[in-house]
Amino acid sequence: MSETPHNVEGDTEAPVLEPPIQAADEGLDAVERRRAHDIWVAGTEEPDWVAGSTDEGAQELLPRDIDPAVEVQRGLVVDDDYLEEPTVIEDERQIINMGPQHPATHGVLRLHMELEGETVRRVKPIIGYLHTGMEKTAETLSYMQGSTNVTRMDYLSPLNNELCYSLVVEQLLGVEIPPRAQAIRVLMTELNRIASHLIWVATFGMDIGALSMMIYGFREREAILAFFEKVTGLRMNHNYIRPGGVAADLPAGWEEDVEEALDIVRAGLTDYEDLLNGNPIFLDRTQGVGIITPEEAQAYGATGPIARAAGVNFDLRKAFPYSGIEQYEFDVPLGKYGDTHDRYLVRMEEIRQSMRIVEQILETMPPGDYRTEDRKVTPPPRKRIDESMEALIHHFKIFSEGFKVPPGEAYQAVESPRGELGMYLVAKGGSKPWRLHVRTPSFATVQALPVMMTDLIIPDVIATLASLDPVLGDVDR
Amino acid sequence: MAEETTPQEEAVDVDETVEQETEARPLPGDPILDPLAEAFPSVEFTSFQPITGPRQDTAHVAREDLIPFVTAVKDAGFETFVDTCAVDHLNRDPRYDIVINLLSMQHTQRLMIKVGLPGDDPRLDSITPVYAGANFYEREAWDLMGIVFEGHTDLTRIVLPDDWTGHPLRKDYSVGSVPVQFKGSHKSS
Repeated sequence: MSETPHNVEGDTEAPVLEPPIQAADEGLDAVERRRAHDIWVAGTEEPDWVAGSTDEGAQELLPRDIDPAVEVQRGLVVDDDYLEEPTVIEDERQIINMGPQHPATHGVLRLHMELEGETVRRVKPIIGYLHTGMEKTAETLSYMQGSTNVTRMDYLSPLNNELCYSLVVEQLLGVEIPPRAQAIRVLMTELNRIASHLIWVATFGMDIGALSMMIYGFREREAILAFFEKVTGLRMNHNYIRPGGVAADLPAGWEEDVEEALDIVRAGLTDYEDLLNGNPIFLDRTQGVGIITPEEAQAYGATGPIARAAGVNFDLRKAFPYSGIEQYEFDVPLGKYGDTHDRYLVRMEEIRQSMRIVEQILETMPPGDYRTEDRKVTPPPRKRIDESMEALIHHFKIFSEGFKVPPGEAYQAVESPRGELGMYLVAKGGSKPWRLHVRTPSFATVQALPVMMTDLIIPDVIATLASLDPVLGDVDR
Repeated sequence: MAEETTPQEEAVDVDETVEQETEARPLPGDPILDPLAEAFPSVEFTSFQPITGPRQDTAHVAREDLIPFVTAVKDAGFETFVDTCAVDHLNRDPRYDIVINLLSMQHTQRLMIKVGLPGDDPRLDSITPVYAGANFYEREAWDLMGIVFEGHTDLTRIVLPDDWTGHPLRKDYSVGSVPVQFKGSHKSS
């Protein structure tokens, strides 16, 4: 690595991460190679080998009018398994299911792969094994209970889910959030981004053979989770960010805790980069693997680090700032080739940028309330309940019936560690949402898997899948 | 419109007056959406301004016009597909709403396209020829809400098992309950 790009100052100019030079030719070459092959893009021009339905369980994915495999079986053609002859490749297609119970699929993703030897020619992701009907559940829970529901979707970044939900409810409520609550929200979500990226680099390392990374990443993440536990009471699924603010103020001495956690993460990052950057096996496994072009990323809705690794300069924190994040200074790292290695570089840099934001919050945390004083959503203080009957009734109504949200429709998106996490809320005036649709980043990412995986060998499929960081709870909801 | 160029607030004011003067059907007042509104007179634009955050524009499109309109929208710079979902407004005349959410990264702008569908015939042309990313989202809308997307290459269930009956996100599909062994906890038993 020539230079650590996080030293680049200034908001507007995004640092472009340069992979080592030998990656350049390989990466571009791989782009050309993959473009030359017929990728099946649903709905666009169908290559003639797409045979009708690609339904789950259908074993006939290829038209088999002439079957050269028969000749091989009869012994007419002598075929050596160890030689990859392009002339005999056509007859060796077989369909293999990877998952849903495969350790490298990060949960319960099933990949329906059409293999030619060890090369994946077509792949179809099959999802739904973790579907729990959260959108339907959201319609039966009041707005106050809703954040307990959404926090369980993307279980590696629960606070981002809660933030998105709270923001969309607040849009319709028209409630202003005090600056301290906003800063706490940004602090927690950025720490969550660090934790999520740490677990990503841990599992990514494990999937491509750097087993120590698994231990290291989880070890450093623990420092952040310990802070979360101190603030919210829980390590995961916090239900901390709620419509109207946050559940509780930060505990005394939180600055020291955050600084300590940041120091641990900072030291860990140096370790990871010593371990991975420049490691020839790591470079070989990641460079030029699993490429997605900017146009494909946009067409498939793949956002976040995946699009940014492809060079798409788009970060929701910059484009549509929310929760006062525009007051903090940070850069958006961009990749160049859109391959697995760029995704690694982008995420490592995003950890650093999130740490930058957290450091700024440490200095500028505003005083004030941690939730809005609007009595529409916030129960009256405990003291008032003792003196006022109305306050008691109000308190009871808010917790039994929930607050009502005026009719309307709103869409809110936040930059989750995986990309654009959006929620579309339709309210009809009651205390429960009429419809809450969640646009999860992993869903779109999984949809774009065939684009990245076609014509890779199986080990590269594992590396690509690991680099995308899909959370299956987020995909299936 | 011509003289005012400096501050943004004043420019907005001028835009509003232009809207009122020019014609009965107001333009969205946006440099990217205005040409679309002119090209498609049947499409109605509404917008919602939350107290924080950007304005949210919605285009209400008849279902016959969807494909030409979406194509024009893509040409106008909305290159990124974000989301498609279906909303069931039970007992409303067009019972379903299909909401297509598009994003223009170059203009930093969002546009929601909303199509109403009748309850007895929830069919819509698939937009996968225009946006490949709509594939899974249309399958999800079919799976959970029973919207048929014509022209979709692989309209199968996506999150539910293949042998599932019904479309659970419809409002007339009950949440259901599981009997629990506590006295009076389950009303029907």
